[in-house]
Amino acid sequence: MSRRISRRRAALGFVALTGTLAAGCGGPGSDSSEPSETGTGAALAGAPTCGDEPITMNAYFETGFPMPTALTDEFTAQFPNVTWEIREDQFAVITQNAPRVLADDPPDLMRLPQVSELVKDGLLKNLDGYAEAFGWDQWPASQLEQLRLGDGGRPRGEGSLYAMGLNFSMTGVFYNKTLAEQIGMTAPPASLAEFDDLLARAQQAGVTPIVQFNGGATGGFAFPLQNLMAAYGEPGPINDWIFQKDGATIDTPSNLEAVQHLDEWIKAGYFDPDANAMDYATMMSKFIAGGGLFMFNGDWESGNLDQQLPGEVGFFLFPSAEEGGALATMSAPLTFGIGTNSANADCAAFFLDWVATNPEARTVAVEVGGSHPMGLPDAPMPEVQEGTVTAETLAAGAQIAEDNGAMDFIANATGAIYAQSWTPQLQRLFAGEQTPEELLRTVQSDYESQVGS
Amino acid sequence: MARPILDPAVEAAGSPPATVPNGWTVRRTRRRARQTAGWLFAAPALAAYTIFVLWPMGLTVQYSLYQWNGIGASTWVGLDNYRRVFTDPELFDTILHAFELILYFCVVPVVLGLAIANTIRRIATTRLALVARTVIFIPQVIPLVAAGITWSWLLASDGLVNQVLSAVGLGGVTRAWLGDFGTALPAVGVIGAWVLLGLCTLLLLAGMSKIDPALYEAARIDSAGPLREFFSITVPSVRQEIGVCVTVTVIAALASFDIIYISTQGGPGNSTMVPGLEIYRQAFFNREVGVASALAVVLMVLVLACVLPIQRLTRETS
Repeated sequence: MSRRISRRRAALGFVALTGTLAAGCGGPGSDSSEPSETGTGAALAGAPTCGDEPITMNAYFETGFPMPTALTDEFTAQFPNVTWEIREDQFAVITQNAPRVLADDPPDLMRLPQVSELVKDGLLKNLDGYAEAFGWDQWPASQLEQLRLGDGGRPRGEGSLYAMGLNFSMTGVFYNKTLAEQIGMTAPPASLAEFDDLLARAQQAGVTPIVQFNGGATGGFAFPLQNLMAAYGEPGPINDWIFQKDGATIDTPSNLEAVQHLDEWIKAGYFDPDANAMDYATMMSKFIAGGGLFMFNGDWESGNLDQQLPGEVGFFLFPSAEEGGALATMSAPLTFGIGTNSANADCAAFFLDWVATNPEARTVAVEVGGSHPMGLPDAPMPEVQEGTVTAETLAAGAQIAEDNGAMDFIANATGAIYAQSWTPQLQRLFAGEQTPEELLRTVQSDYESQVGS
Repeated sequence: MARPILDPAVEAAGSPPATVPNGWTVRRTRRRARQTAGWLFAAPALAAYTIFVLWPMGLTVQYSLYQWNGIGASTWVGLDNYRRVFTDPELFDTILHAFELILYFCVVPVVLGLAIANTIRRIATTRLALVARTVIFIPQVIPLVAAGITWSWLLASDGLVNQVLSAVGLGGVTRAWLGDFGTALPAVGVIGAWVLLGLCTLLLLAGMSKIDPALYEAARIDSAGPLREFFSITVPSVRQEIGVCVTVTVIAALASFDIIYISTQGGPGNSTMVPGLEIYRQAFFNREVGVASALAVVLMVLVLACVLPIQRLTRETS
């Protein structure tokens, strides 16, 4: 007695349903409201504050990095009317959710991934008005350069300010002091040739010269590669490429020398043989366990290393090709932004200024974050114990500022360049399946198709 | 039954009405009522199915025809995204990898599972059978994330696998199995085979326990050996179970995501990239919702194209 729904009817129903969807509703996303006013482009009457009324700030931070929360605790201690509602996620989760979160439920303050696309979609508040009101435009230009974008998100490096840093971090080479002593390394290398010599000596002594992650979706060989690029060339053109300036290319003769040099290290067996199967966490535990002499990494690990291996770890900036040459390295603000439609934008801006100017906040930035605070060069700096990695990375930061050697990270050129290009290409290079020439050519062609789209 | 009939349709569905005005009308009313009731019973499930399966599926098809970053305005591109799936080696290779994984996720567990289940069946009453069954099913119980991490340690260059190889004099072949271009996909396949073997064995064992022992007895009287028994009685009897195993494992291979995501994330150099992971990456990291949707639709069609014939084959035997 029961009537069967014939297959044909079911199929027809499905086709009809999809047809209605495809034809009837128009394109997806077309109804999203375009924000008309994306921020404080016009000058403000006075510097904003958090007021005296009770206010709850909605924040979205990165898991595993205690500094932002430590800062909000200190802030509430100084301004009791402000309480914080903080949500945390891993950086990969923030990266993939940032556009949706900022569009649907914008936090007042949010840890941000690469910002070009977010600005292009009008999701971030233009901070120019705040910058003027608080005097951020008086800071060394290089600090905020990476957070400035042209209209529509391109190019980066100039234009309006769309994000701020809580501090700025920097990369270089960490070394294990015990192993260094073992191979007779008394001082950090002054030139690339000296560094090569140390690598060879470590290998002869049976010590893994470099423990570096290159597995999964994040190819950590981009760290030594970019340091080599800066050793052979100038940071300027590399920044232009990262900032998507017209006509910029990564496929240059000096960059080729850098990739070839990296290839020589690979062929000589200077890297941990597991590199292509090693993720960041594994690298850290290997290095902390004394599994290698050098590790290319950033000063965000300074505090951690000071705690895990007190007095055991040193840090130096990667040397130039010639002794005495100018030094350059990757240095980037720990990027935070305010959503276009955030409810408490003024208070968030006040917080960002407080982080850079308040002495207690700057102490937190250094002691908990391990990196250099933002702000004017003569702003107060906390005392740091001699002989710690933190002290060495802070000193290195001053050196980079002097040499004007800050570069953004080549992995930040586009949203997809790291996972889609650098990582697979560097993994191929390590496996001996890619030539340096072809590596740069491929990355450049991927870059062009990504920037063009 | 004394109360008046208020609604003939409702009443008809329950018990026969007291009066019969016209046989044809009653039958029709009754049938319609039954249909209505049937639809009502099915409605919650249908609604859930429409909202959570058909609707998203339709949306995916719609998105696949646009270039869209998930937030801003979208542009109609017709079948361009599909063209990219089949012409961009980066995308198309993922499909080839998925087919390669069928060997490890499907063929190995089903063949090994048959052999193991048959062995366990023959010793079914012993305590060893219980132990063997438990050991083989354990991978299904362990959370996949933990299993993935354990395997990445086992397969590391100083991991247990290489230690064993070195100990037996095979030091020459040791390597970082998950980090080597030639071995990463097979290594991931081995993890998958390990996970799915337990499921297949258990399913096949259940099927074998239903076989009438008299069949084996008869075969033995006809002086059939164990191999003959296996191929003439056991395998044909568990054809349906084999069908289920093959279906489940082929889907697991083609739509694989978790094992790859935990162990290699598609690396090194995309050598273990599969459609599931590529879809996720295109949609959430590259914000190419259109391309991701097109690949998803292609994947769905592929899975159906592989699974439906298997279903039909096993259904015909019943």
